[in-house]
Amino acid sequence: MEKGDKVEERFTLKIFRGTEKDQYWEEFDLALTPFLNVTSSLLQVQKNPVNKDGKKVTPVAWEQGCLEEVCGSCTMLVNGRPRQGCTALIGEILKKSGSRVLTLAPMTKFPLVKDLVVDRDSMFESLKKVEAWVDVDDSFDRGTGPKRNPSVEDVRYTLSTCMTCGCCLEACPQINKHTKFMGAAAISQVRLFNADATGKLGAEKRLRSLMEEDGIAKCGNAQNCVAVCPKNIPLTESIALMQKETNKQALKDLFKTPDA
Amino acid sequence: MKPGKEVIVVGGGLAGLSACMKLAENGCTVKLISVTKVKRSHSVCAQGGINAAMNLKNEDDSPLIHAYDTIKGGDFLADQPPVLEMCLAAPGIIRMMERLGCPFSRTPEGNMDFRRFGGTLYHRTAFCGSSTGQQLLYALDEQVRRYEVKGKVEKYEHHEFMRLVLDQGGVARGIVMINLHNLQLEVLKADAVLFGTGGPGLIFKKSTNSTFCTGAANGRLFKQGMKYANGEFIQIHPTAIPAEDKLRLISESSRGEGGRIWVYGDENKTILTSEGKEIPCGRKGEPWYFFEEMYPVFGNLVPRDIAAREILRICEMGLGVDGKDQVYLDVSHLDAAVQNKIASVLDIYEKFTGEDPRKVPMRIYPAVHYSMGGAWVDWPAADDKDRFERFRQMTNIAGCFQAGESEFQYHGANRLGANSLLSCIFAGLVAGNEIPRYLEKLASRGSELPLKVFSSALAEEEASKLELLQRTGPENIHNLHEELSKVMVQHVTVKRNNKDLKKAIEKILEIKERVKKISLDDKGALVNQTFQFASQFGPMLELAHAIAKGALLRDEFRGAHYKPEFPSRNDRQWLKTTIAAYEGSGPVITYLPVDTRHLAPIPRDYTSVKKVKPTLENIPKNIELPV
Repeated sequence: MEKGDKVEERFTLKIFRGTEKDQYWEEFDLALTPFLNVTSSLLQVQKNPVNKDGKKVTPVAWEQGCLEEVCGSCTMLVNGRPRQGCTALIGEILKKSGSRVLTLAPMTKFPLVKDLVVDRDSMFESLKKVEAWVDVDDSFDRGTGPKRNPSVEDVRYTLSTCMTCGCCLEACPQINKHTKFMGAAAISQVRLFNADATGKLGAEKRLRSLMEEDGIAKCGNAQNCVAVCPKNIPLTESIALMQKETNKQALKDLFKTPDA
Repeated sequence: MKPGKEVIVVGGGLAGLSACMKLAENGCTVKLISVTKVKRSHSVCAQGGINAAMNLKNEDDSPLIHAYDTIKGGDFLADQPPVLEMCLAAPGIIRMMERLGCPFSRTPEGNMDFRRFGGTLYHRTAFCGSSTGQQLLYALDEQVRRYEVKGKVEKYEHHEFMRLVLDQGGVARGIVMINLHNLQLEVLKADAVLFGTGGPGLIFKKSTNSTFCTGAANGRLFKQGMKYANGEFIQIHPTAIPAEDKLRLISESSRGEGGRIWVYGDENKTILTSEGKEIPCGRKGEPWYFFEEMYPVFGNLVPRDIAAREILRICEMGLGVDGKDQVYLDVSHLDAAVQNKIASVLDIYEKFTGEDPRKVPMRIYPAVHYSMGGAWVDWPAADDKDRFERFRQMTNIAGCFQAGESEFQYHGANRLGANSLLSCIFAGLVAGNEIPRYLEKLASRGSELPLKVFSSALAEEEASKLELLQRTGPENIHNLHEELSKVMVQHVTVKRNNKDLKKAIEKILEIKERVKKISLDDKGALVNQTFQFASQFGPMLELAHAIAKGALLRDEFRGAHYKPEFPSRNDRQWLKTTIAAYEGSGPVITYLPVDTRHLAPIPRDYTSVKKVKPTLENIPKNIELPV
């Protein structure tokens, strides 16, 4: 090698792949280019699906979309941590871990479809359950709405950036084979809609949905959800607030006082 | 027996979801098909805002000025009646979205806030931080979920449209779709089908688009006889982050909030302004804010086609930052409060480059962003005699409607920033009203058709699926994609010339042959993404061919279509809509006149012109807005 030639940096992408009953690790040897992210490394595997042993294998399946962390598609476990693959810059992660191996795995709290693809339907079902919408009469222009407190709207905006990616559920110890828990995302959506000028008319119903079996009482206050949320949504604050509100609602329901 | 009200909506972005909501409200039952969870659709990527002339900043703005700006921004290629109605409906659409809970950013008093965008001198853009598309989409997604619970909407997510089912009269009666998790094909019957399947950015591989935006649905429809209009008009966004996998957008709102574009100057170089003046390129060692010097009135907020061309020109002169194809977009001088209004955009920059744009200027370069062209759709104007004999948003195939980026209607030769979210919602709502009217007039139900109509469509699709899975040869589908995108980016983006466009078409024809010799690395049925892409690639090639051929034939300079050999707009010969139809093995191009009934074409001046009070002519008195 000539002096001054750069040695091509390489790393091992180790993927936990397969289907429910047949999951296995497979390693790929790839070039580490500047700012290489996980989704791009998967594209390389797709283009040339040859594993570290030189064996041709089927391409790895994963979900992706916007590639800029706003759609939630490419959520997976990167070195064990739930996050979006598109913003996972491999060089940076390897530098921190001091290893030449990066692992990818599918999230474990959702049914596995194949390789890194899981079925996140349950999250969308929870959105139905808590009625995460404003119950409008129709979709017409009914004139200028009420003025809105900018600081309340700022909070609503932050809550509303939840992309239903699943990180918070994946990190939650309360979601496991033995317990049913809807998780932080849906609870935080109740806070969002109960703070809306019109949405608050449906607040009681939403709070009651949180009092059901898979609801807010199942939270064990591990606070993992807020630590992994890619959008920095104050999930534990949402849960604490909704705990307070559900307690009030329970009392109200006990004495049957209709909401003023 | 009266026809039913069964409608299929393909695509769950802003256009598809607003149509879905309106259709459900109008008593239809809707089957919603999407390649992903609709909440993840590409609309989430729209950052800066949505235009509506609500005049909340006391600037004497009005929907008519909005229409004027949009028509002029589109270099007079857009048919004007739909543009006029869209701009009239815009304030109502914003108030409707507010009702649905969309968290628009507010002024301290609690009113809706507005920012400036390109191609206008007014604060006309409502926004939710800098993820407006995401917030609008979520608000509609929530309403559609509400209708889902009510049993009015049934979702088929992770399914892809493969083929339109046409009856003997050529009327759309359903679709064949594929389940992307197991490759099962299935027929869905309906009385009308609406497509809101977005743009074709993936034809260029690297663009600002999501990876869903292949254009394959339109390519498939094109091959089945749907006409494709103005395909050659592809918007290049001036400011994106250069990268290997995707060109991530840095919103125009960063300039709307005061961001400035510059490079280091060089007084030994001169540049010709659009007014014909030769000016020095700033001074060595000092920032040269070239837009502000060359376009004193609009400055950094000239329309996107102009901005992209100028950035390219500056870089071609060797003035790019570090001699590379990049210029600075600087927001570091702005107050923290202003920077916060575009926080999510700045966060994206930091996450992908490791540099903090609050402190150092961003390095940006133009990128493929949006297709003004798309499916041709009809628009009888409010006072046309045959207004109620024709159907708005309907393609040339009866019963097949289109809304959103996948159709051609609202933006002419160049789209103004923050008009896309508006056109998506508006067209979706219009379609949501026109389709029920179409159903009323339909003589028979889809379900009354002979079974053979459906079974033969399914059989054809089964056969082509098998053929693709069994194809063998030396070619790799991803390499072919790379080759296609290379010629498309090189020859069919900012600057075009006929010699290279011919080369691009030759290459497309070559790839059309080579794609017959691919073999897939995955032949299984379970989440086979290689099959999925290979099946999309054929239709993408057909659209690429139509785009390149339209560009080759159009010998003028209009909006995003810049051909230095023909350096000016030529209304006498080219004030017409390109119509591509698929015949035999490729596109055949014809033209339709442009409807300019409200505003006769004027020069498109952004250098000296100030605010104007335009007069739009022949405005119908009987316009009924869909909000």
